[in-house]
Amino acid sequence: MNGFFLDFEKPILELEKKIKEMKEFSTGESVELSKEIAQLEKRLTELQRETYSKLTRWQRVRLARHPQRPLSSDYIKLMVSDFVELHGDRYFADDKAVLAGFGYLEGRKLLIVGQQKGHDTKERQYRNFGMCHPEGYRKALRLMKLAGRFGIPILVLIDTPGAYPGIGAEERGQAEAIARNLREMTQLPVPIIIAIIGEGASGGALGIGIGDVILMLENTWYSVISPEGCAAILWKDEAGDKYETAAEALKVTAADLLELRVIDRVVPEPPGGAHRNQRGAAEILKKEILHFVDELANVRPQDLIARRIKKFRNMGVFHSESN
Amino acid sequence: MEWFKKARVEIDSTNKKEIPDGLWTKCPHCGEIIYVKELEKEHWVCKNCSYHFRLKSDDYIKMILDDGRLEEHDADLVSGDPLKFKDSKRYPARIRQAQEKTGLTEAVRVGIGKIDGRTVSFAVMDFRFIGGSMGSVVGEKIARAIERSLEGKMPLVIISTSGGARMQEGILSLLQMAKTSALLSLLQKTNIPYISVLTNPTTAGVMASYASLGDIIIAEPKALLGFAGQRVIQQTIKQELPEGFQTSEFFLEHGFVDLISPRKDLKKNLSLLLGYLSND
Repeated sequence: MNGFFLDFEKPILELEKKIKEMKEFSTGESVELSKEIAQLEKRLTELQRETYSKLTRWQRVRLARHPQRPLSSDYIKLMVSDFVELHGDRYFADDKAVLAGFGYLEGRKLLIVGQQKGHDTKERQYRNFGMCHPEGYRKALRLMKLAGRFGIPILVLIDTPGAYPGIGAEERGQAEAIARNLREMTQLPVPIIIAIIGEGASGGALGIGIGDVILMLENTWYSVISPEGCAAILWKDEAGDKYETAAEALKVTAADLLELRVIDRVVPEPPGGAHRNQRGAAEILKKEILHFVDELANVRPQDLIARRIKKFRNMGVFHSESN
Repeated sequence: MEWFKKARVEIDSTNKKEIPDGLWTKCPHCGEIIYVKELEKEHWVCKNCSYHFRLKSDDYIKMILDDGRLEEHDADLVSGDPLKFKDSKRYPARIRQAQEKTGLTEAVRVGIGKIDGRTVSFAVMDFRFIGGSMGSVVGEKIARAIERSLEGKMPLVIISTSGGARMQEGILSLLQMAKTSALLSLLQKTNIPYISVLTNPTTAGVMASYASLGDIIIAEPKALLGFAGQRVIQQTIKQELPEGFQTSEFFLEHGFVDLISPRKDLKKNLSLLLGYLSND
C-alpha cells in the first residue's frame, strides 16, 4: 500500500518495494530470481516481526491514528451484510460521529454502533473527526435500548480522539449524556461486545464502552487522557517531546490493559498492522466477535447484567492500611 | 479531547490558600476584606458578593450532618500504584504528601450520618486532596456508599468537588466512572433517593458519572461545572467563551440542575427533598 507511512515503517516499505521490483524484473526478463526473492521475503517477515514486536507505546498510539487504518465503516463493510443505518437521537440531531444500524454477522443479527472518524478531509469534517456531541451518546443509547427490547446483541466499535469539547456540547449536557450511558448500558438485557479499533480517548470512548467483553486491537490505545494531554499537564510540555514519556507512564496499549485486567482480549492484526491489510484485520476481528456472540447467546439477561456489574465493580487497585 | 485539562488549572490553584488562616481574608471574587470569624458564621460565603469559598470536607460534615457527626467508613483504604507512575515525583509520594497536607487518606470521605434525624449514606469529596481527583479509592468508596444505601435502604447524599479522573492511575481511574455508575443503576431500580450536590468545581470524569446521576441535583451558586476544560474548549473552537459559561447558573438554565441552593439553605433543602422522596 502506498501513501502515508510512519518513520518506523519506512525500512519495511523499502524492502517491499524492492521485492516488487525484482518480481517485475523477473517476469519481464527470463532471469531466475526466485531464490533471491524468497530470501528477501523471509527478511521482510523478520523485519516486520522485529519492528512491530518492539514498538514503543507512543509508536502504537501513532499507528492507532494511521490515516489508512480501517474505520468503523470499513469494518462494517467488510464484516457485516445487509447493513441498515439508523439516525438521530430523537431529541436534537443526528450526530455524524456515530455510525449505527442493524446488520448480520454471518447470519447473526446485531446492532452495530461505531464512532466514525472519516477517511479524507471532507468526511473527517462531516464526522467531526469522530468526536461525539451529547446527541451521539443519546443516539447510541436510543438504538441500544431498541436492540435490548428485541433481544439483539450489540457490537460497539470505539475510535475517538475524545468527546467534543465545545459550547454546544456543554449546553446540551455532554457530562450528563456520558453519565447516563454508563448507567443505562449496565442494565441492557442483551450481550454487548466492545471492540476498540483505533483510539479510545477517555470519557469520549467510555461513553459507549460498557459491555460484557472488551476487545482491543493490537495497535490501539485506551486511556484516561491522551499522551499529549497528559504531557501538557504533568510535564508542562509544549514542544511535544514528552509524548513518549507520557504514553509510557500512562500505559495505554492493548497489552498494558490486558495486564491490568481491564480488557478481555487483544485482537491480533495482520503483519504490519490493520492499515496494511484491512480485509485481513476485519477477518480476524469478525472471528473474535462471532466467538463471543455465540458464547453469550445463551446467557440469561439477568445473569448478563449481574456479571456486567460485577466486572466493573471489581476494577481498581487499592488496599487497606489500618492504623 | 484533553477534557481533563481543566483539572490542571484547579489542581494548581489548590496552592493558593482559599481557606484563610488569619483573622482577616480577602474575597478572591470581589476583593472585599472580611473578618474570618464572620465568614465562618456565614458558612464561608462572602457577604458582599455571595462568593462561596471552597470548603473542606470537614466543613460540609459540620454544616449538613446532625451534630456535625459522620460515622466514617473505609478511611483505611489507600491507593495502590498499579502503573508505577512517576512524573515530577512518584505517585505514592504524591499521595503521602496529600495525606500529610490534608490529614485525610483520600479525596472522598464516606459513611453514615443524619440529616434532621434521617439516616443517610453520605459522601463528601475534598478538593485539597490532589484536586479531588478520582482514582481507585474514590471509586471504591463511592461504590461502597451506594451499596450501603442499597443494603440499609438509606438515601444517598454525595457532595462532589473534583477536577476529574486521576491521571496517575491511568485507565483504572477512568473505569471508576463505569464502576460507580454501574452501581447507581441498581439504586435506580429502587425507591431509595440519591441527591447529588455539586460544589465548586465539579468537572470531567466525576461530572460525567455519579455527580450527574442524582435523582435530584443541587448546585452551589456560581460553581464551575462541566465536562471539558475551558482552555481545551477555547483551543478547539478558537472563540471567546460566553460569560457565565459552565457555571451552576448555566447548568440550571440548560436544564441539568434541579436547583441552586445557597449554602445557608443547603441542609434545609436536602432535608425537605429527602422528606418528599421518602415513605415515612
